[in-house]
Amino acid sequence: MKVLRIGLGQVRPALGDVSRNLNLHLEWVEEAEKQEIQLLVFPELGLTGYYLKDLTLEVARPLDHPDILRMVDASRKVDLVFSFIEESGDHRFYVAAVYASKGQVVHVHRKLYLPTYGMFEESRHFAKGKEMHSFASGLGAQMGMAICEDAWHPSVPYLLSIAGVDVVIIPAAGPGRALSGDPNTGSQQFWHRLIRTYAQLFTSYFVFVNRVGFEDGVFFFGHSAVAGPDGELVASTDSMDAQLLAVEIDLDLLRKERYRSPFLRDEDPHLTLRELERILGR
Amino acid sequence: MAINHLEDVLLYLDQSISHALPVLVAFLREETEKAGFKDVVFGLSGGIDSAVVAYLAAEAFGKDRVHPLIMPYKTSSPASLEDAQKVVSALGLEGKVVDITPQIDAYFANQEEATPLRRGNKMARERMTIIYDHSVIYRALPLGTSNKTELLLGYGTQHGDLASAINPIGDLYKTQIRKVASQLGVPQSILTKPPSADLWESQTDEGELGFTYDEADVILHLLVDDRFSPEEVVQAGFREDLVRTITKRMMQNQYKRRLPLIAKVSSRTIGIDFRYPRDWGM
Repeated sequence: MKVLRIGLGQVRPALGDVSRNLNLHLEWVEEAEKQEIQLLVFPELGLTGYYLKDLTLEVARPLDHPDILRMVDASRKVDLVFSFIEESGDHRFYVAAVYASKGQVVHVHRKLYLPTYGMFEESRHFAKGKEMHSFASGLGAQMGMAICEDAWHPSVPYLLSIAGVDVVIIPAAGPGRALSGDPNTGSQQFWHRLIRTYAQLFTSYFVFVNRVGFEDGVFFFGHSAVAGPDGELVASTDSMDAQLLAVEIDLDLLRKERYRSPFLRDEDPHLTLRELERILGR
Repeated sequence: MAINHLEDVLLYLDQSISHALPVLVAFLREETEKAGFKDVVFGLSGGIDSAVVAYLAAEAFGKDRVHPLIMPYKTSSPASLEDAQKVVSALGLEGKVVDITPQIDAYFANQEEATPLRRGNKMARERMTIIYDHSVIYRALPLGTSNKTELLLGYGTQHGDLASAINPIGDLYKTQIRKVASQLGVPQSILTKPPSADLWESQTDEGELGFTYDEADVILHLLVDDRFSPEEVVQAGFREDLVRTITKRMMQNQYKRRLPLIAKVSSRTIGIDFRYPRDWGM
């Protein structure tokens, strides 16, 4: 069995306090090293907090900022995914997730879909990412990242799947709302259904890491979870409290599931492309 | 049709919050402690809303950090005082009684003509100044006890009972408060008596409003949460005059739910484009 040990870093960030969050992240990295975790994933905007509004300008960091370099440097023993407001050279502000390994940046994903409706106002402050890539990780698995709302657009996991992906990492800041009669919140049920369905359709692992804590009265529901290529939940923190959960995934299961359910083999991206062009009138 | 619809929606409202308690308790604890407070203070009237807040606070903070103030006026119903005492003793709290009769009577001494509305508003504001004064004495954060129905209808006194630092029950309709109250074990006499602001003798909310909370909650839920138009609510079987009254109240009282308007002259104006989270710096 080819096992990958992933840490779900379900932290409670402090809004707008980057140095406090950085220290929190670094403490958890140490803990993850002790637990022999190979890849530790933190939630969306774990270094900054979520409801930033005009704080955006104060918390944004370029990739070469000392705070970011410290996080990258902390990836010497354990691969890290962490998220913050990335300021580009031309001063656009992106919701970004960095994959760092062996003290180097391996990949930066900039959030593609910025929710701006109801309780969300991301487009007011942030620039949209334009690309999605899968990338080799050195852990024996091809990785892809999608930040929170990105995952609500099936084109994102679809394109990652076509690009070639074994593990899709979804750092999230999912607020709890639409409570239902179920002990699990409505939002949590949506997410777990979503990652299980994607995992099965794209015969890949989906790693959902959601933050916890309150900001301006809104709670983030945690319940970080991993779904496997058979569509089953591998693990869930089952909690809205801060928690570091180590989860082992079996990469050999990808092989078996892709043989049993060869959706990836049979998927025809050229058909998709042709039809997209026709539908879009090109 | 109307009756069935009413009952269906009431049932839904009940079910939807059947697992809300942990969120409400965590909200109190996190938002209070983030603000640098350990203790909380609020007015305990003997009614169901403040009783629910007392139970939630006791759960969140333990009895020693919860400071209810019982603030009767000479015409307040003795049953209210008794019910407030029941809550205090059931939870083992130290409830402080502050009689507001002297200051209210002094103010209105030569104003025989003062209407019940003016007197009621004055009492509500007097109580709130006492709560804020005790927030200094106890180093405690003032908790709100207004529910979603009252907030939407504007059925409360601005800078009086509507004031607070944080409010754990402001997203719960009155009928949902009843559900939460029974889950928390609020004394039966409080659960079953007709809701009253108790500002004058034999006042009841429903008598004063001219409709029942069941009706108001269902209509508000359809308008606010389900985004029905007033016409659609009428089509669903509710009285047109009632729907019109409730819609109008909700609109007319929007000002009570917002900060005062500020004349904009600069490039960054509070409330308009000076936009920071409330939790800024916490």
